[in-house]
Amino acid sequence: MTRETTAKAKMPLDGWVIAAALVIGTFYATLTAARTEDPVMSVHAYVFAGAFLLGIFGIIKAYFDTSESLATQSADAPIEYDLKVVKAGVIASVFWGIAGFIAGDTIAFQLAYPDLNFDTSFINFGRLRPLHTSAVIFAFGGNVLLATSFYVVQRTCKARLPGVFSSWFVFWGYQLFIVVAATGYLMGATQGKEYAEPEWYTDIWLTIVWVVYLLVFLGTLWKRREPHIYVANWFYLAFIVTVAMLHIVNNLTVPVSWTSSKSYILFAGVQDALTQWWYGHNAVGFFLTAGFLAIMYYFVPKRANRPVYSYRLSIVHFWSLIFMYIWAGPHHLHYTALPDWAQTLGMTFSIMLWMPSWGGMINGLMTLSGAWDKLRTDPVLRMLVVSIAFYGMSTFEGPVMSIKAVNSLSHYTDWTVGHVHSGALGWVAYVSFGALYCLVPWLWNRTQLYSLKLVSYHFWISTFGILLYITSMWVSGILQGLMWRAYDDLGFLEYSFVETVEAMNPFYWIRAIGGAFFVIGSLIMAYNLWRTARGDVRTESRSLAPEAVPSPVAAE
Amino acid sequence: MAGNPRKDEISGVDTTGHEWDGIEELNNPLPRWWLWVLYASVIWSIGYWIAMPAWPGISDYTRGVLGYSQRQTVMDELAEVKAGRADIEAKIVASSLEDIAKDPNLNQYALAAGQAAFGDNCAGCHGSGAQGAKGYPNLNDDHWLWGGSLEDIHYTINYGIRSTHDETRFNDMTAFLADEILEKQEISDVAEYVLSLSGTSSDSEAAQRGLPIFEDNCVACHETGGVGNREMGAPNLSDKLWLFGGDKKTVVQSIAYGRKGVMPTWEARLDPVTIKALSIYVHSLGGGE
Repeated sequence: MTRETTAKAKMPLDGWVIAAALVIGTFYATLTAARTEDPVMSVHAYVFAGAFLLGIFGIIKAYFDTSESLATQSADAPIEYDLKVVKAGVIASVFWGIAGFIAGDTIAFQLAYPDLNFDTSFINFGRLRPLHTSAVIFAFGGNVLLATSFYVVQRTCKARLPGVFSSWFVFWGYQLFIVVAATGYLMGATQGKEYAEPEWYTDIWLTIVWVVYLLVFLGTLWKRREPHIYVANWFYLAFIVTVAMLHIVNNLTVPVSWTSSKSYILFAGVQDALTQWWYGHNAVGFFLTAGFLAIMYYFVPKRANRPVYSYRLSIVHFWSLIFMYIWAGPHHLHYTALPDWAQTLGMTFSIMLWMPSWGGMINGLMTLSGAWDKLRTDPVLRMLVVSIAFYGMSTFEGPVMSIKAVNSLSHYTDWTVGHVHSGALGWVAYVSFGALYCLVPWLWNRTQLYSLKLVSYHFWISTFGILLYITSMWVSGILQGLMWRAYDDLGFLEYSFVETVEAMNPFYWIRAIGGAFFVIGSLIMAYNLWRTARGDVRTESRSLAPEAVPSPVAAE
Repeated sequence: MAGNPRKDEISGVDTTGHEWDGIEELNNPLPRWWLWVLYASVIWSIGYWIAMPAWPGISDYTRGVLGYSQRQTVMDELAEVKAGRADIEAKIVASSLEDIAKDPNLNQYALAAGQAAFGDNCAGCHGSGAQGAKGYPNLNDDHWLWGGSLEDIHYTINYGIRSTHDETRFNDMTAFLADEILEKQEISDVAEYVLSLSGTSSDSEAAQRGLPIFEDNCVACHETGGVGNREMGAPNLSDKLWLFGGDKKTVVQSIAYGRKGVMPTWEARLDPVTIKALSIYVHSLGGGE
C-alpha cells in the first residue's frame, strides 16, 4: 500500500537515482577510455560508456513516451504485475541458452578434433571453455533465475516489483555484465579462477547490479499482501544473498592500476585454492541448486495442480541444505596441499548433505502423487519431473564422489565433467525448460503452447543427448582414472599421459554428438516458444491433454 | 485464506491452510527413512571426526585417534619404493650401458623405467609409440642421424641437439636462399638432383643441372651421392626416408631456409639412472646398433 495515486506522471525516484548513477558511470568510463593504454580495458571502457549512455537515453525516452505507465497504481485497483521485465528475461534466457549450448558443443568437438580451433587465439579451447561455462551458468541460468524470481516473487507475494526502473536496471545491467565478461574471455582477460574468470572491473559492476537485484527482491517481499513467505522465495533469497557473499569474497583482488584490466588475487597458494572452491562449490549449491529449487517449488505444484507434499520437509531440508552446503567446498581439493582436517570436513559435510538435497527431490516428486497420470499427457510436466530425477541422481553421485577413496579415482577425470553435466543438463536446464514452457503462454496471454508434440520431441531428443553425454563420460572418466593409476610389476606407470588422451578420443566424439542432440532440442524449444508468443496453435493429429493449468494472467 | 486447513481429497492429508497464487502445502510429516538416513550420516561423520584429523583449533587441529596423516603416508610410500629400488639402481649407475643390456635383471628394469620415462618426457614430440612426426625422428627404424649405438643414443639424450648445453650435438644446415648463396632456379635444380638420389625425381634434365651445384655446396656434409655423415649429423638423402618430407616443395624449403630442429638436453632434468634406462629403451625399439 506504499503506492500513492498520482494523476500526472512524474519521474519516479529510482529513475532519478539510476540516471544520476549512469551519468557518473559514463563520465568515469569515458575518462578510463581516454587514459588507458590497455587494449582490453579500452574496448570495455567504450562498451560501458556506450551502454550507460543507452541507459540514460532509455530512461528519458520512457519518461516522455509512456508517461502513463510510469504512473503508480491506486491501492484499490487489482495488482498489475510487472511482467515486461519477466518477458525480457525469458527472451534473454532462450537466446543465451542456445549461445551457451553451441559454445559448449563447439569445445566438445574441439576436444575430439583439436584442429577445430583453426589455430586462432580467439576461439581456442582455453578461451571458449570459460565462455561456455559462463554462458550456460550465468547468462542462461542467471536469466532464468532473474525472470522466474521476478515472476514468482510478485505472484506469491501479491505485490508489484518496487520502483519502475530498478528491475530494468537489474536486467540490462546483468546483460552488460555478460557481454563484458564474454568479450573479455575472447580477448584473453581472465583471473584464472574457475567460474569467476571475469576481471575486477566486471566483478564490481556485477556487485552493483546484484545489490540492486537484492533490493528489488527484498522490496517485493516487504510489500507482500500474504501473511507468510512462500518456500520458493526462501530459496531465491538464499541464492541472491549467498551468491553476493561468495562473489565478493572470492573476487577480492588488487588491480595493477585503475586503467589496467589485470588484477591479482589477494590470497595466495592453498588459501586462494580453498577460497576459490568454497566459492566454486557454493556457486553450484546456491546458484544452481537453491535458485533452481525455487523454480521447482513454484512451477511443479503449479503445473501438476497439486499441493506441495510436505511443508515440514521444505523447512527442514531448506535449513539443513543451507547449513551443510557452505562447508562442502574442500572436497574439490582432496589429496592436495590442503590440510587433512579441511579435507575431512569437506568430505563429511558432503555426505551429510545427501539427505538435505534429497529433501527437495522428495518434495518435488511426491507433489505429483495423485497426478502421475499427467506425465503421459503433459510433456512439460514430464520434463520437470525428469529434471527432479536428474537432481536426485547427481546429488547422490556428488556425495559419493566426495568420499576420498572414490575421489582418488574420479578427480581430474571426465567423470567429474559427466557429473557436472548430469546436474547441468538434466537438472538445471530441464527445470528451466519446464519453467519457460509454462511462462511463455502465461506471459503472452496464450491459452496453450504452439505445440505439445514439439515439446515431446524436444524432451526425447535432448534426453537421448544427455544419456550419450553422461554415459560416455562415466566410461571415459573411469578408464582415464584407472589408466593414470596403473603400475607395472616394477612400480613404473603403465601408461603415459599421451596414451590416456588417445584412449579418450572415441568418448569425446560420443559426448560431442550427445551435445549436438541437446542443441537441436533447444532449437526446437526456441521455435515452439516463438510461435507460442505469436499466438499460433499447431493442429495436432493426436491431441494431447489440454494445458494442465489455465493462464493465471487471464484468471486474474 | 491463511490459517484454514482443508483436507486434500486425493491424499486425505490436511493442508497447512496457507495458499500462495493457488499453491497449497500438505501437512505431511518428514519421511521416516529420510530422517533416519540423515541421522545416520551425521553419526557416521562424527565417528569419522573422532578417527581422523578434523576440527581446527587456534594453533593445531584434532589429530584423530588413528593418527592418519596424508603427507606422512605419501612420504612413507615414496621412501619404501626408493628403498626397494636402491640396490638395482646402484648397479645401473655402476655398470656400463653394454653390461646393463646384457644382464637380464638390469635390462628388464631399465626397459620398464625407460618406457615410463619415455611416455612422460619424449612422447610429446616423438609420439607415444616413438613413431616420430614431421621434424621429429622415428626411433623405431634403423635410420639414425647421429648414430644408433647405446653410447650415441645416451649422448644425444644427455646433451641434446642444438640445445643449451655446451656439449650439445650441433650442426647447421645452410639456408641457401636466405643467405643468398644460391638462386631460386639453382635451388630447384639441386632439389631435383636430391630427389633423383632416391629415384623420385620427375625431371632428369633439372637433376643433371643440379649435380654440379650439389657437388659444390652439399657434399662437404652430405657426402658424394648424398649418403650422409653421422659424424656431423648430416642426413642420408638417398634412402627415401625424410625427416621433414620428401616432396619437391619441402626439399626446396629445406635447402632455401635450412632446418634447425632442437632436442633438449635432459642432463639436468632426469637423473642418470633414468637417462641410462631411456637409452636402453630407445635402443631396444628396433633400430639399435
